[in-house]
Amino acid sequence: MPRRKSPPWGARPGRRDGRGTMSTPIDVATTVKVVAPKAPAAPKDEITLIANKWKNKRGSLIMALHDLQSRVGFVPRESAMKLGHQMGVPLARIYEVVTFYNYFKLEAPGKYVISVCTGTACHIKGSKDLLDGMEKELNVKEGQSTPDKEYHLQAVRCLGCCGLAPVVSVNGKVYGKLKTDDAHHVIEQIQIDKPMAVADQEALAE
Amino acid sequence: MKPEELEVKAAAELAKQQTFEVRLICCSSTGCQSSGAAAIQDALKAEVKARQLDTKVQVGGSGCMGLCSKGPLIRMISKTQKEVLFSEIRPEMAATIVEQVVVPVLEGKKIEKPGGDLEHHWLDQEEPFFAMQHRVVLENNGRIDPEKIEEYYAHNGYQGLRKALTMSAEEICKEMLASGLRGRGGAGFPTGLKWDLTRKVQSDVKYVICNGDEGDPGAFMDRSVLEGDPHAVIEGMLIAARAMNSTNGVFYIRAEYPLAVERVEKALRQARVAGLVGKNILNSGWGFEFEIRLGAGAFVCGEETALIASIEGRRGTPRPRPPFPAVKGLWDQPSCVNNVETLANVPQILVKGAQWFASRGTEKSKGTKVFALTGKIKNNGLVEVPMGMTLRDIVEVIGGGTGTEHKIKAIQTGGPSGGMIPESQFDTPMSYENLQQLGSMMGSGGLIVIDDQNSVVELAQFYLDFCVDESCGKCAPCRIGGTQMLHLLNKIVDRKGTAEDIKTIRKIAKAMQKGSLCALGQTAPNPTLSAIRHFEHEFTERLQPAATPKA
Repeated sequence: MPRRKSPPWGARPGRRDGRGTMSTPIDVATTVKVVAPKAPAAPKDEITLIANKWKNKRGSLIMALHDLQSRVGFVPRESAMKLGHQMGVPLARIYEVVTFYNYFKLEAPGKYVISVCTGTACHIKGSKDLLDGMEKELNVKEGQSTPDKEYHLQAVRCLGCCGLAPVVSVNGKVYGKLKTDDAHHVIEQIQIDKPMAVADQEALAE
Repeated sequence: MKPEELEVKAAAELAKQQTFEVRLICCSSTGCQSSGAAAIQDALKAEVKARQLDTKVQVGGSGCMGLCSKGPLIRMISKTQKEVLFSEIRPEMAATIVEQVVVPVLEGKKIEKPGGDLEHHWLDQEEPFFAMQHRVVLENNGRIDPEKIEEYYAHNGYQGLRKALTMSAEEICKEMLASGLRGRGGAGFPTGLKWDLTRKVQSDVKYVICNGDEGDPGAFMDRSVLEGDPHAVIEGMLIAARAMNSTNGVFYIRAEYPLAVERVEKALRQARVAGLVGKNILNSGWGFEFEIRLGAGAFVCGEETALIASIEGRRGTPRPRPPFPAVKGLWDQPSCVNNVETLANVPQILVKGAQWFASRGTEKSKGTKVFALTGKIKNNGLVEVPMGMTLRDIVEVIGGGTGTEHKIKAIQTGGPSGGMIPESQFDTPMSYENLQQLGSMMGSGGLIVIDDQNSVVELAQFYLDFCVDESCGKCAPCRIGGTQMLHLLNKIVDRKGTAEDIKTIRKIAKAMQKGSLCALGQTAPNPTLSAIRHFEHEFTERLQPAATPKA
């Protein structure tokens, strides 16, 4: 079952340790320099573009975060800080919103994001067994990525393709009418289809 | 483009359609897209072109045709042949369809049912799944191209708005009240009354909000309407705005529905160009602006005050009512939140009249209702039936039963907020009141069938787990009560529960129903309570062996 995600934004600049005691109050405008992120962050000018698009519209933080995630694939801490700085929103508010909504990711997903639908129709038709099979096949737990970052396994609420239950979607490509022991088959198929990540699709479109 | 130009364009579109001998309409909603509908449309287009039939045969796209489990679907409309659907089509079958069906039809031959490859892909429209339905909200779904405003316009589109512009705000509210339309999001509050309450509040700025945050897992009615007929919802919102003297509209749509978002964006652009959105709509001197806001995967945001918080860019937590959004809503201004399906009903009520709408349904539940029929059922998909139809007709006749040797045990209506209805109660006519009496609710329209292979205890656990996970955590009854109740239910599922645990579950459930801040917490115990009410033996059989009460 999808649970509220734990906060994996990693070591926090401006904090004494990783456990949340603050040495200095975080001022988004002058936050200490950040070590170059391992994961890809949105280019700076892209963040300016997003910020400029939304900053004069009331209540547009969630929309700006959607734009950011659709470009990068998740919400990197550094990008969120820059975005907050330019939009005049404290990082704490961004973090509060990002952790409340299931849709936002705090960590870079794997190359192939495998979403096993656990909506009711899929549940009735055995999505739990399918998810178990996926966990065994990839040797990861739900919500984790394989060490080589090739696959990320997640359970999602409802993909809205209930007529095809049980379904799995990989980077948006839907595999429907599966059997509960089809995990191996789906992973084989991914290597044939190689569905592209959403962020890459958008980059290609531009 | 001026409004008059749209009329000319619409007339031309209609005339063009009539020049085609055969029209092949491919379903292009999410369900069929997932099984490769786009490739089929391309293959058909290429095939038609290769045979130089493109002046006689039109290939186009449309919204959901309903029978999702048999997708991708193609509808064939011709002048000589009765309408037919092709099911489970693959791109490589395009040539066969054109050769074995389209060409003979063009030659004037009647085709009853083709043999060979297409025999099992031929769906007669007289089958109960189609014949028993009554499509009002879904009328255009699967018939018109949702990406062309002129097609919507040619099918009576925006005529409701035209009529609304000749009426006073009060008259529109009265008409809605007379129609008996009630909120299709689940609670069933009379729409006319909601509008009238908002209308009476004095303010320069008022908001009409379309709730497209369809969070119920296993329901996809609103997605299909937004994808298949976005202009109907836009028109409904414009009429609502007229009825309340509102100035601004907001579409709140789940981010998980990218196709719906894309279609609404496109429809709004087209409507703006045609002078139907923006300043001085249809030269009336009245203006209305739209915005689109995306949800981000929070079930609680279907609750109106949480939804408003989310539009304001905050965590989607509800707040106590009163004040109701009609008085103090988005940005503290009077606001009216309506569900997608409710709004999609509105244009037709104005065009055809309140009496026409009220002629269907039961005394207190008027009109039709769209259901997403899923689970252990043969005909999976989207259906629209008049209120008052029995559950048995919906499940066994339209749905065709389980389609396996297993028997239907129960259905769940209303998703995580609703309840289970056992097979013995299936002769109940479906209405807001009847479903409530059975311990369930109408909900948004998810209708999930379970058979004798499914355990109701585990299904109750599934739903409660969902609600606990989706609880926003603001109020204690929902946050703590839900967790404790789930803990007890988990015990029972693991065969470690006692009879005392069932009693405690009932007690906690009552506290949650009475004390929770919003409908999520108030209704979260429903699936469990209804399961205990109708299937208590399944719970007692699962208790700790020693603790089982002797029969």
